[in-house]
Amino acid sequence: MMTVRTSPHIHGNLRTDKAMLFVVAALIPSALWGVWAFGVRALVVLLVSIASSLLVEYLLGLVSKESTLRDGSALVTGLLVGMNMPPAVPLFIPVIASAFAIAVVKWTFGGLGCNWMNPALAGRAFVFFSFTSEMSAFTLPRAFGVDAVASATPLSALKTAMTAGGTGLSYELLTLPVTDFASSLSDKLGISPYVIDAFFGNVGGCIGEVSSLLLLVGGIFLIAAKIITWRIPVVYIGSFALLSWMFGGIPYGLGAFHGEVLLPLFTGGLMLGAFFMATDWVTTPTTPKGEIIFAAGCGFFTFLIRYFGSLPEGVSLAIILMNIVSPTIERFVRVKPFGYVRKKKEAKA
Amino acid sequence: MKLATFRRGGVHPDDKKRLSKDRKIERLPFPSELIVSMSQHLGAPATPVKKKGDTVRRGEVIGTASSYVSSPVHSPADGVVVDVRKVRVPSGAVADALVIKCDETQSDPFKEEFDWKKESPEALLETIREMGIVGMGGATFPTSVKLNIPMGKKADSLIINAVECEPYLTSDYRVMMERPDEVLEGVMAAARIVSPDNIIIGIEANKEDAAQLLSSRIEAKGYPIRVQLLKMKYPQGDEKQLIKATLGREVPSGKLPLDVGAVVCNIGTTYAIYEAVRFHKPLIERVCTVSGESVCDPKNVIAPIGTKFSDLIAFAGGAREDLVSLIAGGPMMGFAVADTDTPMVKGSGGVLMLPRMLDDISFPCVLCGKCVQHCPMGLMPNKMFRNIKYGNYKAAMDLGLMDCKECGCCAYTCPSHLPLVQGFKLGKKLGRQAK
Repeated sequence: MMTVRTSPHIHGNLRTDKAMLFVVAALIPSALWGVWAFGVRALVVLLVSIASSLLVEYLLGLVSKESTLRDGSALVTGLLVGMNMPPAVPLFIPVIASAFAIAVVKWTFGGLGCNWMNPALAGRAFVFFSFTSEMSAFTLPRAFGVDAVASATPLSALKTAMTAGGTGLSYELLTLPVTDFASSLSDKLGISPYVIDAFFGNVGGCIGEVSSLLLLVGGIFLIAAKIITWRIPVVYIGSFALLSWMFGGIPYGLGAFHGEVLLPLFTGGLMLGAFFMATDWVTTPTTPKGEIIFAAGCGFFTFLIRYFGSLPEGVSLAIILMNIVSPTIERFVRVKPFGYVRKKKEAKA
Repeated sequence: MKLATFRRGGVHPDDKKRLSKDRKIERLPFPSELIVSMSQHLGAPATPVKKKGDTVRRGEVIGTASSYVSSPVHSPADGVVVDVRKVRVPSGAVADALVIKCDETQSDPFKEEFDWKKESPEALLETIREMGIVGMGGATFPTSVKLNIPMGKKADSLIINAVECEPYLTSDYRVMMERPDEVLEGVMAAARIVSPDNIIIGIEANKEDAAQLLSSRIEAKGYPIRVQLLKMKYPQGDEKQLIKATLGREVPSGKLPLDVGAVVCNIGTTYAIYEAVRFHKPLIERVCTVSGESVCDPKNVIAPIGTKFSDLIAFAGGAREDLVSLIAGGPMMGFAVADTDTPMVKGSGGVLMLPRMLDDISFPCVLCGKCVQHCPMGLMPNKMFRNIKYGNYKAAMDLGLMDCKECGCCAYTCPSHLPLVQGFKLGKKLGRQAK
């Protein structure tokens, strides 16, 4: 018996559930780094996030009588929630974040494809504002030779210094420890040791956001696999870097066009956000032009929140904000069709 | 040399031409029975002029053109009309057809040569009309209508479509490799009718040997033809994309190539034109690629129009056990047929036997934008599909549904495997009705 169906009779390799697994694979190096840097506790946080996310997805599937575990989106959401948690977070927090992400943000709006915010980010934002102190307690990574010592992230330390009226560049303001490796490399290259530590991941922060290098590798892998396009990460990071350079120095008394660029790029989860959160298929515009507007908006709001807001980090809120704007971008930014003829304006009577 | 191509959208499926690329064209022995549909072409079906029991000669008219956009149908063989009935043609439509029982011995009446260079363009056009030549790339638009430039219009470019961008198909390629001089003579005959300023053969880079062969013959004969090598990209063989790639002009929405001064003609059609003007031979046979992973011995076959697919399959060594779908045409735009007795028509460039190629998995639309980024027409398939899904045909048409040519790039790239093309076919039909 032969199958009859509509053309095309062949299909490309891309498939939603496989793409989700690719995203997981691209996230794993950075997650493993987090586990290595922050110890077993970080692994427990990651596993609890993933397990609760999958469990909530399964239970809601029973309610709506559809099995959606297979599409892999709950796995990605769970992993991203875990990677956005500080390593020493009490374990009930990732559970709440995952449940909020899956149940409220995704399921109530109709499941995969219908959510209007990135579920993982919305989950993180929900618990961040509910349990601010727990979500802001960071520990130093293993490279400093001490276990689980509380520490500020470079961004929050900078913010504190700025609020106290300090002016100058980050290495003049900060008194955070640096690794020997970073200080020796810093002498050779002439860049701030904080930048080097942040790039390689020897810095306080959420489990999955510390190693910019590994996130960059994962992001480039996703672009090469054609799961995401280069537009969102490049425009997001580019616009943020440009704004930081132009105006980022003003709150620190450095004047315009003297802002620091490298340290803000490699801290505060910008790499994680730009490559893995802002590129979420569902909550970003579909047109190339729309993607660029979306990414530039993310860069702008990240800059605004970080330098002129009261929070040290702005990536998650900026992306959520642009997620909300995304349908409007979709509505007004259209592709110009092939052989487009401008419709003549109707003659006024 | 930098290869030309069209800019927007497009996909790169594996071309799979290696299966049948090097197989020389073989002539199919006359099958015992032919089913000749009266609806071989785009436009009004031909009117049958033979009844059950009539004897027919090879090349004799058995159906006359019923309107301007129509084409006569000729008998592909000597034989007897044993039945007149409705059949389902590859596109799924039902049409009148004559069933011809072929004689044991067949005549070959097309020996006499005519010198077409002495004839006027009008006479040549009339010959092409009488010989029932239609576009053999698949759309089967009557060639005489296409080549006839209306008063007040001017076609400055004649583009010969040798792209054959559908995977698997190699019939045009084999024709170019084996009959280069004949093809070029057909091009010159078409050029005599159109009288363009320049003639361009557009050919994709995976057929570079054919391009070189044609170039050397053009040089030897001194024809004013330019061979333009194009970067491989589907759907470059579509008229609009080919004009964009070769001339850089965009055909406006709802207009014809002639409106930007171009006439596009398929390479297989030029061979048919050659046979029509040189030997007054009607379009009664064509080269057809029988290929696919599920056929034992892929071949390029020259077969009479009306040959049943089952005869072609048997000639190619039969189907393998893993056969799942039988496709008339290419895998991107061809039609799946259920009945192996479906007859070949003038547009059948290929018969494919494919194993299981698609998994029946479907996810909701995840708004990834792949369809938007790959649509060669610059449409937004995701939005059109959503509107059609909810019965909002007017909104889908406002988004440019009628510009969609069902090339399948969107469905090919869709990670959620949504039946986008199916939706658009339905939407067009219901949208027209609603108007």
